[in-house]
Amino acid sequence: MIKKLARSIREYKQSSIATPIVVACEVVMEVLIPYFMAQIIDIGLSQSDMSYTVRLSIILIIAAITSLIFGALSGKLAAQASAGFAKNLRGDIFHHIQTFSFSNIDKFKVSSLVTRMTTDVTNVQNAYQMIIRILVRGPLMLIAALVMASRINRRLSLIFLIAIPILGFALFFIALKAHPYFEKVFRTYDKLNNTVQENVRAIRVVKSFVRADYEEKKFMETSNEVYDRFKKAEKIVIFNSPVMQSVIYISILLISYNSGKMIVSGSMTTGELMSMIIYATQILSSLMMLSMVFVMIIMARSSAERIIEVLEKESDIQSPVDGRDYVEDGSIDFKNVTFSYVKDPEKAALKDINLHIESGETVGIIGATGSAKTTLVQLIARLYDATEGCVKVGGHDVKEYDLDALRRDVAMVLQKNVLFSGTIKENLKWGDEKASDAEIEYYSKLSQADSFISTFKDKYDSYIEQGGTNVSGGQKQRICIARALLRKPKILILDDSTSAVDTKTDALIRKAFKEEIPQTTKIIIAQRILSIEDADRIIVMDKGKVVAFDTPENLLTSCDIYRELYDTQKKGALA
Amino acid sequence: MKRGKKVDYLGTSLRLMRYVASTYKLQFFFVVIAIIISSVGGMAGPLFLLFLIDDFITPLIGSANPDFTALFHAVLLFGGIYVIAVIATYVYNRLMVNIGQGVLKRIRDEMFTHMQSLPISYFDTHSHGEVMSLYTNDTDTLRQMINQSIPMTFSALISVIVTFTVMVFLSPHLTVLTLIMIAIMLAVTKFIASKSGKYFIAQQSDIGKVNGYIEEMMSGEKVIKVFTHEKKVIEEFDALNGKLGKSAYKANKYANILMPIMGNIGNLHYVLTVFVGTILTLTGLAPTLTLGALATFLQMTRSFNQPFSQIAQQSNAIIMALAGAERIFRLIEEKSEMDEGYVTLVNVKDDGRGNISECNERTDRWAWKNPHHIGEADAYRPLEGDVRFVNMSFAYDGLHTVLSDISLYAKPGQKIAFVGSTGAGKTTITNLLTRFYDVQDGKIRYDGININKIKKDDLRRSLGMVLQDTHLFSGSIMENIRYGRLDASDEDVIKASKLAYAHDFIMNLPNGYDTVISADGSELSQGQCQLISIARAAVADPPVLILDEATSSIDTRTEQIVQKGMDALMKGRTTFVIAHRLSTIVNSDAIMVLEKGRIIERGTHDELLKRKGTYYQLYTGALELD
Repeated sequence: MIKKLARSIREYKQSSIATPIVVACEVVMEVLIPYFMAQIIDIGLSQSDMSYTVRLSIILIIAAITSLIFGALSGKLAAQASAGFAKNLRGDIFHHIQTFSFSNIDKFKVSSLVTRMTTDVTNVQNAYQMIIRILVRGPLMLIAALVMASRINRRLSLIFLIAIPILGFALFFIALKAHPYFEKVFRTYDKLNNTVQENVRAIRVVKSFVRADYEEKKFMETSNEVYDRFKKAEKIVIFNSPVMQSVIYISILLISYNSGKMIVSGSMTTGELMSMIIYATQILSSLMMLSMVFVMIIMARSSAERIIEVLEKESDIQSPVDGRDYVEDGSIDFKNVTFSYVKDPEKAALKDINLHIESGETVGIIGATGSAKTTLVQLIARLYDATEGCVKVGGHDVKEYDLDALRRDVAMVLQKNVLFSGTIKENLKWGDEKASDAEIEYYSKLSQADSFISTFKDKYDSYIEQGGTNVSGGQKQRICIARALLRKPKILILDDSTSAVDTKTDALIRKAFKEEIPQTTKIIIAQRILSIEDADRIIVMDKGKVVAFDTPENLLTSCDIYRELYDTQKKGALA
Repeated sequence: MKRGKKVDYLGTSLRLMRYVASTYKLQFFFVVIAIIISSVGGMAGPLFLLFLIDDFITPLIGSANPDFTALFHAVLLFGGIYVIAVIATYVYNRLMVNIGQGVLKRIRDEMFTHMQSLPISYFDTHSHGEVMSLYTNDTDTLRQMINQSIPMTFSALISVIVTFTVMVFLSPHLTVLTLIMIAIMLAVTKFIASKSGKYFIAQQSDIGKVNGYIEEMMSGEKVIKVFTHEKKVIEEFDALNGKLGKSAYKANKYANILMPIMGNIGNLHYVLTVFVGTILTLTGLAPTLTLGALATFLQMTRSFNQPFSQIAQQSNAIIMALAGAERIFRLIEEKSEMDEGYVTLVNVKDDGRGNISECNERTDRWAWKNPHHIGEADAYRPLEGDVRFVNMSFAYDGLHTVLSDISLYAKPGQKIAFVGSTGAGKTTITNLLTRFYDVQDGKIRYDGININKIKKDDLRRSLGMVLQDTHLFSGSIMENIRYGRLDASDEDVIKASKLAYAHDFIMNLPNGYDTVISADGSELSQGQCQLISIARAAVADPPVLILDEATSSIDTRTEQIVQKGMDALMKGRTTFVIAHRLSTIVNSDAIMVLEKGRIIERGTHDELLKRKGTYYQLYTGALELD
C-alpha cells in the first residue's frame, strides 16, 4: 500500500528525505538546550560562577538560533514535501481515471471520486506531513530522553523500557479496533457528498415541488450517519491519551518510590531524581505527539485504501502497444457479436449481431426504447468491448487500433451529451484543438448551429454555464454535433442527437451531411422516422437483436415493426 | 467564491466557539472542569516531587533503619491524584467527541437547511463541486480543531495561568520581562498567522475550485473519452491542482515555522531571565530574589514557555479551520429567498350551501387563505387557476431586458402555449410565475391575488412543473415518482405512471417500480427519464401545470400516446406549455409567439394560421425555430 502511494512522491523525494534529517538536527538542539539550562542553574548560579554563566548563556543563544533555523527549515521542507506529494497524488488519480473505460466509469460514482481526490488526499497529506516531521521528532526525543535517563540511573530507566512496549501494544490494539469504523465513515462521506450533489443539481425540481423539508430530512439522515460512525470511531481512538497518561504516571510513581529508597541508601541524589522526572515528562510529551500522529495515520489508512482502490483499477479497455494509428475507411463489420454489461452471455444486451456497413453509407437505427441501439453503436468506438465475436472498423478489429486513433476517426454524439463551462468556441474546440475560426463556423453551419450562435451577443465567445443550462436542448444538441463534425471523422455516430431539434432543422442537418461530408459513414439513431427516412439503409432493432437491415422502401413491405412505426408517425406528422 | 484577503480571526473564532459552547452547554461545562483537573493533575508532578523529597526522603537520610511506609503512602496518595487526572482526561476526550461531532453535524445541517432557502440565482452562479466542497473539505478542517486544538489550547492556557501566578509571587521584576516576551510572541504569531491565514483561505478556495472541476469533468467523463480529450483535461486539471499545491505549501510553510519560532523565543527568554536575574540578585536590587528563588523562577520560565509551543503546534489546524469556517459562515450568511407572502393554500370543504371552510384532511378542493381577511367573505378564495400577467417586464441583471410589457391571461383550465426562439424569454416567464426570480415591473395575478402576496411554498405547491432537464434522484422509481406527492399510495403512483405512459417500460425493467436508479438516471434513456418526470408531476395533481419542453426527448410515437395522457392530465388545469414541436401545442386555447421578450402574435392555431404571420411561417416550415 505504502509503495503504491510512495510512487507519487517523485520530485519531492529530496525534501521528504531532507525533512527528517533537519528535524533530527533540530531535536539534537532541543535536547541540548535544556541540558545547558540545567547547567546554568546547577553550576553557574548555585556556584555563583559568573563567567561560566555568561559562557553558557552565549552557547545557549547560539543553540537557540541554530535550533530556530533548523526548525524553520524543517517546517518549510515538510510543507513542500507534503503539499507536493498531495498534488502529485491528486494528479495521479485524475490522470489514472482518464484511462478508465466506460464500464470503469459506470462503477464509480462522481461524488465518490470527488471525495477521494479531495478529502481523502487531504487526509493522506496531513498524515504524510506528520510522518516526516513528528514521526521522526517523537521517537528521537523519546530516545534522547531515554539515553539521558539511563545515564542517570540504568536500573530505573528499565521501567521506561517495560512501559513503552506495553504502550505500543495498547496503541496498536486501538488502531486495529478503530480502522474498520473509519472505513465506514468515509463510505458515508461519499453518500453525503452524493446527496449534496443531487440536491444542488436538481434544485429547480426541489424548489418547484417544495421539497426542501424532505431533502433536509434525507440529508440529515446521512449527516446523522456520518455523526454516528465518526463518533464510534473516535470513541475508540480517544483511549489513546488516558492509556498513555496512565502508563507514564505509573512509571513516575514507581521511579519516585524506588529512587526515594535509593536516595536514602545514598545511591542517588535528589537532583538526579528531579532530572529523572523531567525526562519522564519529556517521554510523556513525545508519546503524546506520537499518539496524535497515530490517530491521523489510522484515518489516513482508510483514505489511502480508497485512493489505491482507484489507482489499482486497471482499465478493462487497453490501447494495444503499437496499435494501428490510421483507420483505412469508414466501413463497419459486426461478426457474431454478443455483448453483456455484466460480462455474462446469459444476460446479453446484444445477441448475435452480424452486420456489414459500407464506407460512406448513411445508416439509420430505429427501435423501441431499450432495444440496445445505443449499446450497438458504442461498440464501434470501442467504448465497451464485445463479450463475444468481433467488431471491425475499416477492415480491422477495433482492438487492433490505437484507442486515440480509433476514436479520432469514429466521432460520437452521445445521447446524454454534456457541454462544459466555457465559451462556445472552447467547447467546439474539443473536436479539433487547432480548428480555425473559419472551420468552426463552417461546421457550425453544417450542424445548423451557426444561425443561433450568430444571434448571441458574444457570438462564438458566449459563455456556456456548467451542464449547458443556459442554452436550449436543441441548441445544445446542435453545438454537440458541430463539436463532433470538427473531428472530421470517417465514421459519425449520432445517438438520438436531434430529438430536441425541430424537424425542419433536422432535415437541414441531414442535407448538409449528404452534400458536405459524403465520404463519411453516418450512423443515425433516431426516434423519429423522419430523421432516417432518407438513409441508405435502416437497422430495425428489437430486444437486443437486429430484426431487419434494409433500404427504407424494402422495409416498408418486409418489416412489420418498421411499417407500424412509419404509419403512426406519418399520420401524426404535421410539419 | 471570492478569494478573501484576510481572515477575521477573532470574529470567526468567537462565532465558532459560540457553536461549540452553545450546542452542548452542560457537556462543555464539564469539559472545562475535566480539562482543569487533568492539566492541574499533570502539573502536580513536579510539585509532588519537592514535597516527596522534603517531607519523606530527606528526613530518612542517615537513619539506619528507614521506614518507607510513609513514603509509600505518599506515593499512593499521588497515585490517587493521577487516577483522577487520567479519568478527567478520558472524560473530556469522550465529551469532546460528542461536542465535536455534534457541532460538525449542526454546522452541516444548518448549511444544508440554509442552502435550501437560497434563491435559484445562487445555484446558477456557483459550481456544484464548489458547493459540495463546503460540506466536506471545509467542514473537515473544523474537526481537528474542535477535537484536538480547542482542548489542547485550553489546557495550555491553564498551565500558563498557573505558572504565571507562581512567577508573579517569585519575582515581580522578572515577570515584567515575561510580559514583554509574551507581547513579542503575540506580535510574531499575529504576523505569521495573518500570512498563513491568507494562504489557507487561498488553499480552501483552490480546493473548492479543484472540487468543482473534478465534479464537472467526472460528470462528463464519457464525452471526454469519446473526444479523446483526456490530455487537454489533464492539462487543465494540472494547472488548477498546481495552484492548490502552491497555496497549500505556502499556508503550511508559515504555519510550520511558527512552532520553532515560538519555542526559541522561549529559549531566548530563558537566557535573558538568567542575565537579568543574576544582575538583580548580585546588585541586590530585588531583595526578595535569592539565588534559590531565581533557580525556581527559571524552572517556571521553562514550564511557562512550553504551552506556547504546544499552541503553536496546533496553529496549522487552527488557522486552516478558521479559513474553512469563514467559507462556511459565508454560505450561512448568504441571503435567503425573500418571502413576504402571507396568503396560504389550504384544503377546504363545501357545506353544500356554497360556504367553504378550511379543513385539515386532504380534499380535492383548495382555496387561498388570506389571514388578513379572516371573518370576511373573501377570506377563502377558491383555487381555480386563473393566471394574469399585467404589463410585466423583467431583466435578470437589471439592465438587459429579457421580457418587456407582457400582458396575457389564462382562464381556469385553459392551455396557453409559448413559441419562440431561445432567448425570446419563454423560460423566464415560468421562472417568474414560480417566483424563482421576482417580477420587477408589472405584476402577476393568480386567482386575482398578486403572487407576491402568496407564500412561495404555497404558490409552488399549486404549480406542477415538468422541465426539459429531468432531474431524478438516486432511489427507486417508485420513490422518484412519489416525489411529486409524498403521501401518494403505490396505487396513486401507478395510476400516474399509466397516465404518463411510463407504466409499460417501468414494468419491463428488471425490478419494475423498485428498480433503483442513480441521480443522472444513467440506466434509463432520456425519454424514459422524461416520462418519469411527467408521472412525477401527474402524481402531484396540481391545478396549474408548466411544461417546459417536457416531451423533447420522447419519440413522436411515444409522444402521441403520452399526449393522450398529457391531455388527460391537462384537462381542467390551467397549463403553460413551451414546446419546439408545434404538434404538441396545436390544440392550445391561445398561442403566444414571443420574440425578443415581446409577444408579437397571439391567438388560436387557426387564427394564427389565417393571419399568415410568424406562426404561419413556422408551421409551414418557412421559418426556422431555435
